[in-house]
Amino acid sequence: MLIRLLQGIGIILAIVVLNFFLLRAVPGDPALAMAGEAGAADAEYLQQMREDWGLDRPILEQLAIYLEGVVTLDFGYSYRFGAPVLEIIMERLPSTLLLTTAAFFFALIVGVLLGTIAALKVGSWIDTIVTVVALAFYAAPIFWFGLMSILLFAVVLDWLPPVGYQTIGAEYTGFRHFLDVAHHLILPTLTLGLFYTAIYARLARASILEVMRMEFITAARAKGLREHRVVIVHILRNAILPVISMAGFQAGHLVGGTVIIETIFAWPGIGRLAFEAVLGRDYTLLLGVFLLTSAMVVVFNLITDLIYAQVDPRIEVHS
Amino acid sequence: MKEFWERYKRNKGAVIGLYVVVFVVLVAILAPILFSASPWELAGRPFLPPMSPKFLLGTDMLGRDILAGLAHGARVSLIVGIASALASTTIGILVGGIAGYYGGRIDDALMRFTELFQTIPSFILAIVLVAILNPTIYSVVLAIAIISWPPIARLVRGEFLSLREREFVMASIVIGQSDMRIIFTQILPNAMGPIIVMASLMVAGAILLEGSLSFLGFGDPEMMSWGFMIGSSRNLIRVAWWMSLFPGLAIFVTVLALNLVGEGLTDALNPRLAREVKA
Amino acid sequence: MVQDEGLAEPDKLLDIRALTVALPPEADRPHAVEDITLTLNRGEVLCIVGESGSGKSITAHAVMGLLPEPHVRIVGGEIGFEGQAITTLKPAAWRDLRGRRMGMIFQEPMTALNPVMRIGSQIDEVLSAHIKISSSERQKRVVELLDSVGLPDPAQLVDTYPFRLSGGQRQRVMIAAALALEPALLIADEPTTALDVTTQMQILHLIKDLQKKMDMGVLFITHDFGVVTEIADRVAVMQEGRIVEIGTLQQVLNDPQHDYTKRLIAAVPKLREEARSHENEKVVLSTRGVCKTFSQAGGIITQRRVVNAVKNVDLSIRAGETLGLVGESGSGKSTFARCLVRLVDPDSGEIWFANQNIVQLSARSLRRLRPRIQMIFQDPYASLNPRRKVGRIIAEGPIAQGTSRRTAMENGRELLLLVGLDPAVADRYPHEFSGGQRQRIGIARALALKPEVLIADEPVSALDVSVQAQILELLADLKERLNLALIFITHDLRVAAQVCDSIAVMRLGEIVEMGLKADVFRRPKHEYTRALLDAIPGKKLLLE
Repeated sequence: MLIRLLQGIGIILAIVVLNFFLLRAVPGDPALAMAGEAGAADAEYLQQMREDWGLDRPILEQLAIYLEGVVTLDFGYSYRFGAPVLEIIMERLPSTLLLTTAAFFFALIVGVLLGTIAALKVGSWIDTIVTVVALAFYAAPIFWFGLMSILLFAVVLDWLPPVGYQTIGAEYTGFRHFLDVAHHLILPTLTLGLFYTAIYARLARASILEVMRMEFITAARAKGLREHRVVIVHILRNAILPVISMAGFQAGHLVGGTVIIETIFAWPGIGRLAFEAVLGRDYTLLLGVFLLTSAMVVVFNLITDLIYAQVDPRIEVHS
Repeated sequence: MKEFWERYKRNKGAVIGLYVVVFVVLVAILAPILFSASPWELAGRPFLPPMSPKFLLGTDMLGRDILAGLAHGARVSLIVGIASALASTTIGILVGGIAGYYGGRIDDALMRFTELFQTIPSFILAIVLVAILNPTIYSVVLAIAIISWPPIARLVRGEFLSLREREFVMASIVIGQSDMRIIFTQILPNAMGPIIVMASLMVAGAILLEGSLSFLGFGDPEMMSWGFMIGSSRNLIRVAWWMSLFPGLAIFVTVLALNLVGEGLTDALNPRLAREVKA
Repeated sequence: MVQDEGLAEPDKLLDIRALTVALPPEADRPHAVEDITLTLNRGEVLCIVGESGSGKSITAHAVMGLLPEPHVRIVGGEIGFEGQAITTLKPAAWRDLRGRRMGMIFQEPMTALNPVMRIGSQIDEVLSAHIKISSSERQKRVVELLDSVGLPDPAQLVDTYPFRLSGGQRQRVMIAAALALEPALLIADEPTTALDVTTQMQILHLIKDLQKKMDMGVLFITHDFGVVTEIADRVAVMQEGRIVEIGTLQQVLNDPQHDYTKRLIAAVPKLREEARSHENEKVVLSTRGVCKTFSQAGGIITQRRVVNAVKNVDLSIRAGETLGLVGESGSGKSTFARCLVRLVDPDSGEIWFANQNIVQLSARSLRRLRPRIQMIFQDPYASLNPRRKVGRIIAEGPIAQGTSRRTAMENGRELLLLVGLDPAVADRYPHEFSGGQRQRIGIARALALKPEVLIADEPVSALDVSVQAQILELLADLKERLNLALIFITHDLRVAAQVCDSIAVMRLGEIVEMGLKADVFRRPKHEYTRALLDAIPGKKLLLE
């Protein structure tokens, strides 16, 4: 466990260093790059940047200053937003987490359910439909699918709000606010989620089909057990392992993968933040997001390992 | 070879997919001939809906022919898709092959390296790279290749590791073949199947990624790509739905077809069942 | 049609009449089994013996109603069990029968238990599916059952997971689960095939004991006639989906009627006494103190494990001699064989060949020496490159050593003839050949380099018994003609008895006994050798 933790820290460290060099890789004056489009106009601010980050010092010293900053959770300052990078990110993070959590659980539950049904009725028309639909959602570009669903549900049918996190100007509180956000959450969650639903459905189906061919399943039936026990305790319990593995791997990546969804639906999360940062040439902010989302992936991977070790008795966590 | 096609043909979806892919390739090659040389040309009145005279799919907000845009967009998608798939596959084979064949410390080091790339959220990295390098078709291909190679490396490594332990590879060592010969004549030909399948899926993935990048405006501004078409008409969706629908449909159909081809290849390349059904 | 006389009393437990099971259209024959008729009486053991593809396993699955429908299904005949016709039962009725009146055990212990479920639960669920007793009652019964199949420390075992148990222990668990409710019928589908020979004997005894105690009828499927002699009351011989002979054990063994039966019995290896002593020949290969240890570095998840695969092995072989290296799984015999050809580098020790210690040879010098010591592998389905034509596979060795391609391919065709194949098949791919034919190709490949020493690593273990006999004949013949020294590795003492001149017995990395064949078989010195000899199924067949 300890080793795993150290490895995780090592990866984060490597990414930090990578971050540093990416920042320096921007052509032109690094101070301009770090200040962003907005800050570049202010000569005094530029000078301050140069001093703070030691931009005229040798590269290794700069790296040291940067690392020191990271350790003290100082990721720089965004002139455009007028606040430290960490603060901006932390403000936007919750809405992304809300979206990704909703999409994740939706995708996992619906996907595994569909994959299970398809596998248990392999070869039937249900199986064909699930497989085809899964393939369709997997191949459809998320941005297009998002736009089309806005067109259908918000414009043509007017059932759901097209964009945004809440109804602007309404100033709801308490439970009404909760409902309002939930109402706005539906379309982006479905759009983001359906892609992953396809992945989990396909994976669950393949995994179940493979487990079904194993001898212990025939042995379970030879014991005269009821079919639903065979399916749940014997088949699913084994087939779920690769799904958990993949889900854990993707959970971390979901957080960094919302750029398009948030941009389309004007969702105020860190994906959209990254997009705005690029538009405003605010590299400090952009790389701040980059670093933090990477760190989240590392954390999620660790959690997944722990969960997987609990679920598969063959893996013993060696303390 | 003929057996291969027999097996491939059994999967009807894969056959359809193949036809579609060939069709897209043809359109891409013939685009400048079928349509005017440049899709940026202002060919007619703006905002013409589909089924207007001379404009089967209508025109966009500046009067450009959408159908021409689709045809030229096919070129961009295919070029980016194939180029980045080739690049990422090459990197993947090198990294994975060396790791899988030599094992030990080399394997450990290369896998740490691969793990690093797999940890980084790929789309944001792609944006970062394209932002830093300035968006051109080259930087887009490079960015996509850089974020796509790790799964191939893992696959190749897995294949090499397992093939290295197979008895026919051991036999090659015992009869005195050299390392290089073994890698190229014994291991690689047997690993190529899954690699080719993955490469075809990579093309599909690359097309989606290129679409996403262009949609956000991070693609090559001189290339009329499907993603760009959707992105530029994003805010006009209420009045001109056709500007977003058709390019998106193009991406969807192409990616779907490539996936079907990938599945067909998987079935067709399966090593012939050596063991009889136990009776 | 073959008549089955059975026993006189109308105590029929299982009554199969003209059973026919169809296969899907892509199979190589229309029916898995055709017109099968046999009866099993209470308290008797009927062995169904046949090679792969004979339909014996399908028959077993059909009786349990576990055929993989809809592709494989019953299309004719009837099965009667305890007086009831069961081919048309509804699922609920099947569930009632299975586990309670009929139980089944399977071949692969590694995959026949649910890996993520505790041992205790896997037996408990049989009980709770069929009878209504309290869970503490069930707990008690589970512990009793585990004890009755000879498992140590049953109270602890209940909470263990399968991966901690050995193959033999897992089989015992399976038996406990199958017999938990004392069924009238036990179907055993090759339950000992995947086990070590000593474990096999223990499990056979266990089944026999339990069968007597519970007065069960047992339908025992096997491919090994030796096993048949240990356990059967009556025997049914199956070939290509049909029963070709059926009768009591004595009848079938001593007075076989059908040609195929005679062939099967003849194919069981026999101890051949005409072993020649090769004392006057020169030693061609010898080893001293060879050691190999494998350690799996501990990760975050698993602990560090150290395995002493080969411990201080001293061995030598003379020109023209066949030396058998016999051991069970984990004995280190395969690892040692790989050390001999340096597929694996020993940690210490010397291997003397052609007046050199090959352990220390550089890669280049080693490659020059390689033609003189060659290897045949175990798995015919994995030892040939599936993407190379057979003629090319055989010629690859000489080509790598510098022979021109044309000459090598021509010689390859001659070799095909030598191993009993038509030279014209050189243009085909491995998948077009049967297992036995592939082994012949593997032998041809090894001989292409004109070696002095041939190492055969379990060359017949993956083959059907009748094919096995042919390959052994071939090897013996070639060995004579080419005056090869042959190191023959096997887990089956019977095979060693037939082909070897001298035998070395290996256990946990060490050689515990070595000597001339007759001495080792008639006057074994080490207790492990004695245990191995005692565990040979059908010793009588062997030593006649």
